[in-house]
Amino acid sequence: MKAARLSAIAGMAIAGLVLAGCSSGSGGSGGTDASLTSHGPITYVQGKDNSNVVRPLIDKWNAAHPKEKVTFKEQSDQADQQHDDLVQNFQAKNKNYDVVDVDVVWTAEFAAKGWLQPLEGALAIKTTDLLPATVASATYGGKLYAAPQTSDGGILYYRSDLIKTPPTTWDELMSDCAVAKTAGIDCYAGQYAKYEGLTVNVAEAINTAGGTIVAKDGKTPTLNTPEAKKGLQRLVDAYKNGDIPSAAITYQEEQGRQAFEAGKLLFLRNWPYVYSLAKTDGSSTVKDTFGIAPLPGNGNGPGASSLGGHNAAISVYSQHKATAHDFIEFLESSETQKFFATQGSLAPVIESVYTDPTLVEKLPYLPVLLKSIKSAVPRPVSPFYPAVTTAVQDNAYAAIKGDVTVDKALTDMQAAISAASAGN
Amino acid sequence: MSSVTAGSSTAAATLGLSRTAVRAKVRVRRKGTAQRVRTAISAIVIVIWCLLPFYWMIITAFRDVGYTYDTAFWPTHVTLDNFTTAFSTALGNHLGQALLNSLFIGVCVTAIALLIGTFAAYALARLDFRFKGVVLGLILGASMFPGVALITPLFQLFTNIGWFGTYQALILPSISFVLPLTVYTLTSFFREMPWDLEEAARIDGCTQGQAFRKVILPLAAPAVFTTAILAFISSWNEYLISSQLSSDATQPVTVAIASFAGSQPHQEPYTAVMAAGTIVTVPLVILVLIFQRRIVAGLTAGGVKG
Amino acid sequence: MSTATEVVTPGPPRPVRRGRTLKRNRETRVAAYLIAPTIVLLAIVIGYPIVTAIIQSFQNDPGLNATTGQFVSGGFAGLSNYAHWLLQQCMDASGNTIACPPGNLGSGFWNAAGVTFFFTVVTVALETAIGTWFAIIMNRTFRGRGLVRAAILVPWAIPTAVTAKLWYFIFSVAGIANSLFQTHILWTSDTWASRFAIIIADTWKTTPFMALLILAGLQLIPEEVYEAARVDGASRWRTFTTITLPLIKPALMVAILFRILDALRMYDLPAILTGGGGGSGNATTTLSILVIKQVRAGYNSASALSTITFIIIFIVAFIFVRVLGTNVVRTQEAQQKGTKA
Repeated sequence: MKAARLSAIAGMAIAGLVLAGCSSGSGGSGGTDASLTSHGPITYVQGKDNSNVVRPLIDKWNAAHPKEKVTFKEQSDQADQQHDDLVQNFQAKNKNYDVVDVDVVWTAEFAAKGWLQPLEGALAIKTTDLLPATVASATYGGKLYAAPQTSDGGILYYRSDLIKTPPTTWDELMSDCAVAKTAGIDCYAGQYAKYEGLTVNVAEAINTAGGTIVAKDGKTPTLNTPEAKKGLQRLVDAYKNGDIPSAAITYQEEQGRQAFEAGKLLFLRNWPYVYSLAKTDGSSTVKDTFGIAPLPGNGNGPGASSLGGHNAAISVYSQHKATAHDFIEFLESSETQKFFATQGSLAPVIESVYTDPTLVEKLPYLPVLLKSIKSAVPRPVSPFYPAVTTAVQDNAYAAIKGDVTVDKALTDMQAAISAASAGN
Repeated sequence: MSSVTAGSSTAAATLGLSRTAVRAKVRVRRKGTAQRVRTAISAIVIVIWCLLPFYWMIITAFRDVGYTYDTAFWPTHVTLDNFTTAFSTALGNHLGQALLNSLFIGVCVTAIALLIGTFAAYALARLDFRFKGVVLGLILGASMFPGVALITPLFQLFTNIGWFGTYQALILPSISFVLPLTVYTLTSFFREMPWDLEEAARIDGCTQGQAFRKVILPLAAPAVFTTAILAFISSWNEYLISSQLSSDATQPVTVAIASFAGSQPHQEPYTAVMAAGTIVTVPLVILVLIFQRRIVAGLTAGGVKG
Repeated sequence: MSTATEVVTPGPPRPVRRGRTLKRNRETRVAAYLIAPTIVLLAIVIGYPIVTAIIQSFQNDPGLNATTGQFVSGGFAGLSNYAHWLLQQCMDASGNTIACPPGNLGSGFWNAAGVTFFFTVVTVALETAIGTWFAIIMNRTFRGRGLVRAAILVPWAIPTAVTAKLWYFIFSVAGIANSLFQTHILWTSDTWASRFAIIIADTWKTTPFMALLILAGLQLIPEEVYEAARVDGASRWRTFTTITLPLIKPALMVAILFRILDALRMYDLPAILTGGGGGSGNATTTLSILVIKQVRAGYNSASALSTITFIIIFIVAFIFVRVLGTNVVRTQEAQQKGTKA
């Protein structure tokens, strides 16, 4: 009796896995074909709507499409929880998660699990106006699985009262650190606490130096190159000689912003959100004395920022994919993109929006951000992303703290990413 | 504690002679001045240790968000904005509803867990039956599995039976999380009960059930209330399961607070989180003050034995 | 466990009433009715997921189909998921078994186990000592006792997620802890500082739990016992060790046992305070943090890790119960024979 039930459960579990595998390969079996052209009410799933931009948009859509109303399902503010919530609902084949907002780094994983509807055929969207890096982040195995919705790139904040011309290369940045010493403040910081932000910063260092973390296939590590070593070595050296202050090993975005606003940092690598806060925060001591620039590069243009942002994807379990597609196009429209930028300070994915004069007046960082995103590189587009980012974080963290050599850290990172792609 | 023993024990021994029938009064009078001072100092240290971080939370809750990292030890840049933010449904923060949800879930969990926990504990403490060790082991075993690994199967189970996002989907797991502790605590307390009183009641013509309700339960009141507080707070704090199984309408405060967001991506709204933390803590302190009377009442009732 | 899929009975059946002394068989039947609701509930909410996890732990995680780039079922794994954790066995790209490299979660298993045990021993010891002290103070009669009792519950009443945020905020480099003591300690990244940060936060948060349980035990001690000791001229320390401690031992043991079980599964505090980082990267990674990270990377392997954690905790609890005499069954049978007052 017990044994029978156990094996039944086991059987169901296996059947579930097999089914998930099959349906994903064909990208839609007989049962889901009808859903491709079906219109009807759908649900849009996204993390916390911080700046109240999604609700007004959905109201606008609903007014125009009374028969294809969109319901908003708001998730938590924490990225990990949004990820887990999506996984749970995909595994349960929830038909009510029609359009989902996925972080750029989850797109490959969800696509490879067969949960995202490829945007091809009747569901194809126009990508010519979009920034290439954002499209790359939504592409897996040559197919587009999601529509870039919002973007984000790192920019360099600097103290304009101390630095007249912002550095354009890493070496210039390091020589400018003399200014910090004279002023009695710390020189440069990014995000080096052990969390996703560390992967972002390490990827930027490696990509800027001309290296890569994984090859185009998303699973072969490419860290055994002189370029990769050069990139990580820069961070390690700067931390060791104090140009990156020792406290920076605890920094996430907010701690770095706090230090910069308190006037304790000459340079800060952070996202655009810092701009308006540093201008308006009551405790900010740098309101009128900071400027922004693209990340320092390697002598051939700006540094390679890691790409942030989100993509909108259609669940394979959606019953009304045609409506879902229309809604995604609505999210992509330059009108919506402008609304995202003005109301929510969310970076647009359409290049032309960045040069809109009224927008630039409101968000003066847009031209710099555009440069950053144009030279941005997506973090590894890998279906094994969780394991890849762990491999990067663990080893880079140890190297920056000086516990292991750069060579050892990169060898281990290389081996750990290989192991991840081999299934553990 | 051992350093001053000589003096105080002599004093206590001398004063101990003045013992009378009204016990509570006696205890006060019996205490020497030295001990009273020591108790007072200890109490002050305890209160400071427990409340200092809470104080910091309140200070931060009233601080303007632009001065989040101000380290002044007294209130500065005082504002009520954080509380407005916490309750602002326009920003998508449903703290008011969430408070009610948590209260409702907590009361249900506590009541049901105590009810069925008392049955089980009574059987374990008083009845002689086979497989008792196995039962105890199973109940204990239930609190050994990493909670994080329970989520996925439960999510699938509850989705399949259409319970996703309902109150029962939040209450049921919570009950089972507090049950092992409830059963063990109550069993341990029940074993210390003067069961001869129950025998006496039975001889007086009560059934086993009546004897339990009329004699034992009142005696066990302090233990039961302690267990109730444990169960309630445990359910009040439950986050992991609720974050995955609740819907907008049923989400408890822990989930509501976790989904608090700043006005900008990446910005962490510490001040609003601290405001919400303050709001969440206050009702419990009030509850404790109410329960506290019941515990004292239970204590005096317990004194009858002996 | 076999009742896993059945629905809960709404109300527990009433105990059978009989006026005379019951024989063991009858008591067994009554006991079955009384215990059934508890067992059924635990079987659904906890037993079912455990069984599911154990089954899945013998499956490989889905791997990539090289041509389609899609995940496919990994098939039967045997014990390889367990070997992955316990023996640090990984596979390289060509399918050979190698030792897991740093940065692979498998390589962190023994470190995580060590960290978990360290946290458990230190926090439970501290919480027991401080909790006993709290309880003894609260058990005295003095003005403002209500305030102390309420104050003690404050740390515990704050949801753990908020507590962790609060301490993260307090311990940040520019936070109040460093400002108050004029230090520049990296509380969330230095090896020992980060461990102490977690121990301090955990002790602050959970001591009330111990204090309350011990207090409830103290309140069951009749005043006469103390007075007898006093008349005999016993010192306060002697009274504490020879009277108070033995009498609160059952309550204390239950409290310690449950704290141990909780501490061995510690997740929120290290996850939020240090991201499981610190030291050279894993100074505060507990087993549960490892489970969560692995759940995101591959569920079946995570199931194996959960099962291993389950077994470790089971062994610890077993040893604790046997060696330290928390065996509720035995003490209680001794009790029924009237060996204790």
